[in-house]
Amino acid sequence: MADLLVAMSSLSVAYNGNMVLRDVNFSIYENDYIGVIGPNGGGKTTLLKIILGLIKPVEGRVEFSDKLLDNNHIGYLPQISTGDLDYPVTVKDVILSGLMIRKKLVSSMSKADRKRAEMVMTELGLSGLADTSLRELSGGQLQRVFLGRAIIGDPQLLLLDEPGTFVDANFENDFFEKLKDLNKRMAILMVSHDIGTISAHIKSFACVNRTLHYHPSSEITSEDLLAYGCPIQLVTHGVVPHTVLKIH
Amino acid sequence: MEGSIFQYGFILKGLLGAFFASVTAGLAGTYIVSRRMVFLSGGISHASFGGIGIGYFAGINPIFGAALFSIITALGVEYLSVRQKIREDSAIGILWAFGMATGIIFIYLAPGYTPNLMSYLFGSILTVTTADIVALGVMSVILTLYFGFFYRAILYISFDEDFARTYSSFVNGFKYITTALMALTIVLNIRMAGVILVISLLTIPPNIAMLFTRKYHKIVIWSIVSAFIGTTSGYAVSYFAGIPVGATIIFTLVVIWVIARLFTGTKTWNTSQGLKTSSNEKR
Repeated sequence: MADLLVAMSSLSVAYNGNMVLRDVNFSIYENDYIGVIGPNGGGKTTLLKIILGLIKPVEGRVEFSDKLLDNNHIGYLPQISTGDLDYPVTVKDVILSGLMIRKKLVSSMSKADRKRAEMVMTELGLSGLADTSLRELSGGQLQRVFLGRAIIGDPQLLLLDEPGTFVDANFENDFFEKLKDLNKRMAILMVSHDIGTISAHIKSFACVNRTLHYHPSSEITSEDLLAYGCPIQLVTHGVVPHTVLKIH
Repeated sequence: MEGSIFQYGFILKGLLGAFFASVTAGLAGTYIVSRRMVFLSGGISHASFGGIGIGYFAGINPIFGAALFSIITALGVEYLSVRQKIREDSAIGILWAFGMATGIIFIYLAPGYTPNLMSYLFGSILTVTTADIVALGVMSVILTLYFGFFYRAILYISFDEDFARTYSSFVNGFKYITTALMALTIVLNIRMAGVILVISLLTIPPNIAMLFTRKYHKIVIWSIVSAFIGTTSGYAVSYFAGIPVGATIIFTLVVIWVIARLFTGTKTWNTSQGLKTSSNEKR
């Protein structure tokens, strides 16, 4: 039995009195690899913010395992638009910033930290790019830099927000291979609007549309989606209802 | 004999002023330019003119009035844009004009002697007092310590504020404190370069530095060096040519930038190519 990392019970979230998520009961275990799907505005990003502690629920509670709290670390790969690519910062600096959670705001980076950053760069195929600025990178490289920032602290839980939106087609396979590797040592929660792409890689689904339905398998049918109130992809991909979205 | 001592003191004052102005402008300028706060800084310096006018009217040191006005403007704009009560550039534009208008009205109303407006608008080494130089010196020490201690935090919060929020609950506090320090730096440099020209003293040196390096701490160092070269040679030229010093400094800095640009011409920093980013709307 895998250890529990995060447990949400009867959790509700509201912004300015508008209920965004209602009565969510959801748990994340070690070794999980969960795809979070749902329509825009359905509450996917809100779910991530709850886990990151950026917002507080109005009802219910979210609990973290001691292990996660001791480690004080959740890796987070946000959508790419959050960082300013013209900002004077190097690849190595960005990766090192993933260690800030363990540091006081006044501290500097130690030799061990720099060594760790170099290991991560090697692991992600970024060696030789340490002093490069972000503007000079390809989409795939950029994505790996932000992945490096997310994993340098060796988190037990990795949150990915729409990683598909800035992935280079050439790197997509590499990227998912990398995640498969990482899943051996950390749980992964991946928000995506593209079930087709992620279903081949994840272990289970969570459908988020005002509330959350957990689907304990990587195969999901459009009937499931309808039952969960998750009207996504069926429209945008033009897939006829009844199509089973599984590995062909 | 007396004349040479006076001259020596004048040159020493000029050099010290130029040095401290360069240190503060290098540190603050790098932050302002890399965070895309140039327009905000222009607003801060112009709005502070309101404080200068009120200072004259009330008979207190105009720089105190300017400091107060600039900090209120800076924090007000940051607050309003965080809360999204108003578009940020509109808020800056309104406060910019409001400060200038307030300044003009109060200076007009001030009893007795009407101060030399030109020295505040365009800067003048003749009106820079020893107290001004000491204030700039103290500011240099404060900024150096602040950026030294919080280097990583400042670097990372400016680069990716949203990500920083995942590990620090003090991101907004940090922004407010740093912005207030920037506002004070701008006001203290108004004595050197004037309300209208101070923004270029903060903006041009980092842009010269960025032609040669993309590392933050190196940009700071090279900004300070180029600001010092620009201000001292600007002083020299203005002294011998008998032209206004603030304008000469800015002119010299632009000439340095153009020459540096020609030297590094092949290494273009092209923001229109490469990956698209929505960060242009951000600061």
